[in-house]
Amino acid sequence: MCLAIPGKVISAEYEGSLRIGRVQFGGVMQPVSLDFVPEAQVGDYVLVHVGFAIALINAEEAELTYRALEQMGMLQGELPQSEETIPLGGAHEILG
Amino acid sequence: MKYLDEYRDGELAQRIIREIARKVTRPWVLMEICGGQTHTIMRYGLDQLLPASIELVHGPGCPVCVTPASLLDRAIELASRDDVTLVSYGDMLRVPGTNRDLFSAKARGADVRMVYSPLDALRIARLNPDRKVVFLAVGFETTAPANAMAVYQAHREGLDNFYLLASHVLVPPAIRALAASPDNRVRGFIAPGHVCTVVGCSDYEDLVREFRVPIVVGGFEPVDLLQAILALVSMLEEGRAEFANEYTRTVSHSGNLEAQRIVDEVFEVADQPWRGLGEIPQSGLRLRSKFAAWDADKVFDLHVPNAEGDSDCISAEILKGLKKPTDCSAFGCRCTPESPLGAPMVSSEGACSAYYQYRRHDLVALK
Repeated sequence: MCLAIPGKVISAEYEGSLRIGRVQFGGVMQPVSLDFVPEAQVGDYVLVHVGFAIALINAEEAELTYRALEQMGMLQGELPQSEETIPLGGAHEILG
Repeated sequence: MKYLDEYRDGELAQRIIREIARKVTRPWVLMEICGGQTHTIMRYGLDQLLPASIELVHGPGCPVCVTPASLLDRAIELASRDDVTLVSYGDMLRVPGTNRDLFSAKARGADVRMVYSPLDALRIARLNPDRKVVFLAVGFETTAPANAMAVYQAHREGLDNFYLLASHVLVPPAIRALAASPDNRVRGFIAPGHVCTVVGCSDYEDLVREFRVPIVVGGFEPVDLLQAILALVSMLEEGRAEFANEYTRTVSHSGNLEAQRIVDEVFEVADQPWRGLGEIPQSGLRLRSKFAAWDADKVFDLHVPNAEGDSDCISAEILKGLKKPTDCSAFGCRCTPESPLGAPMVSSEGACSAYYQYRRHDLVALK
C-alpha cells in the first residue's frame, strides 16, 4: 500500500482547486495531484502514491548515492576475498 | 525507467553483498518494517544472497494486514445497504472480516467498487449525487495525506454524499511496541522509506535514542535495501546505535510539510486497535470533529460487535517478526491467496503473499 513509483511530470494545470499533473510512468500517462509538491515543474521527476505526488525526486542525491555505491568494494575487489565471503554466482541474473 | 533501473543493477548489488559479507562476524536479526520492502526481498531473493548469519524478519508494515476485522464488518454492513456505494483499494476487498469479505458482499448484490486513488472515490461521489459513497480507507503515514485530502476536498466542495470509513496507523508506536516487547529479537530496523518521505526522520531518531537500536531508512529497490542492510550491519559490528537515511533521493529530514499540514488539519492522533497486535496507544489517526459530517462512523448508525474471530492464522506472530509464513501449518494448503485465512496472504504487501508468490514451489514442496 505504501507502493510509490517515480514518474516524469509532462504537464501541470489547475482543475478547480486541485493542481493536477500528467505524469509519465514508462509508457503510461496518469493524472496525478501535485498539491503536496507545489515546487514541482514540468520535466521534474516525482514519487507518486495513490494518485498523489508525495516527493520531488532529488536528482543530485540520487546521483551521489549511485556514484558512492558504484565505488564501493572497488578497493576490496583487488584484495584476496576472505573465507566468509559468499559465492555470488547467479545474482546478476536474478537482479538484472 | 529512470530512478528504477539503476537500483536494480545486479553488479552493484553483488558489490554491496560482498561488502556485507566482509563486515559481518556474528548473527544479526534485522527487521524491515514495510511490506513493500518484504516483497522486494522475496522477489529478488535478497535473503538468500545475504550471508546466512543475517536473518531478515518481516514487520507489521502492511496496512491491510493490521486493519481490524471489525472495520471490514462495518464496511460490509454499509455496503449491504441499498443507498450506499462502498469504494476501496483493491486489496481490501478480499480481506476476511469476521464472517465474509467485501467480494462476497458484492456477489450478493452490494454496490462495491475498486479505486486506485482517493480522487477516484471523490469522482464517484460527484457523479452519483443520489448515492451515499463510503470510502473505506486504510493506510500508514504514506497514504494518510491522500485520504485526508479527499475529505478536505469534499469539505471544500460541499460534497455531502461522501464519507470516510477509515483505519489509519502510525509506524513509530508499532516499532516502540515491538522493541519494548520481552520477546523481541530484532537488533536493527529498516525504516519505511515512503512513510519517512511524508513524515521525515525525527521520530526515528527518537527511537534510536530510546532503545539504543540502529535504524536506517531504506528504499524499495534491491540496491536500496542492500545499502540499508550494509549500514545496519556496519553499525552493529562496530557497536554503534545510530540513525541513518540511505534513501536520500526522496527522504528529507523534515519530510513533506504540505502533506503533514493536511493530515494535521483533518486528523488527530488516537489510540488504535491493530489486527494481530491489539490496541497500541496513540498509534492511529481519526477524523477531527470539524469533519464529523464526513465520518462514516459518526453519520451511520452501525451495530457491529467489536470481536476478532478465532482462526488458525498465525499472522500476529508473523507481524511481530516472531514467526515466518512457512512456520504456519496452513501456509500454501489451507491458506492461499485465492482462499486466505488471514490478511497477510491477501495483501500485495503481506509477508505470506510474498512467500507464496515468489517461493511457494520450494516451500510447499518441502512441507
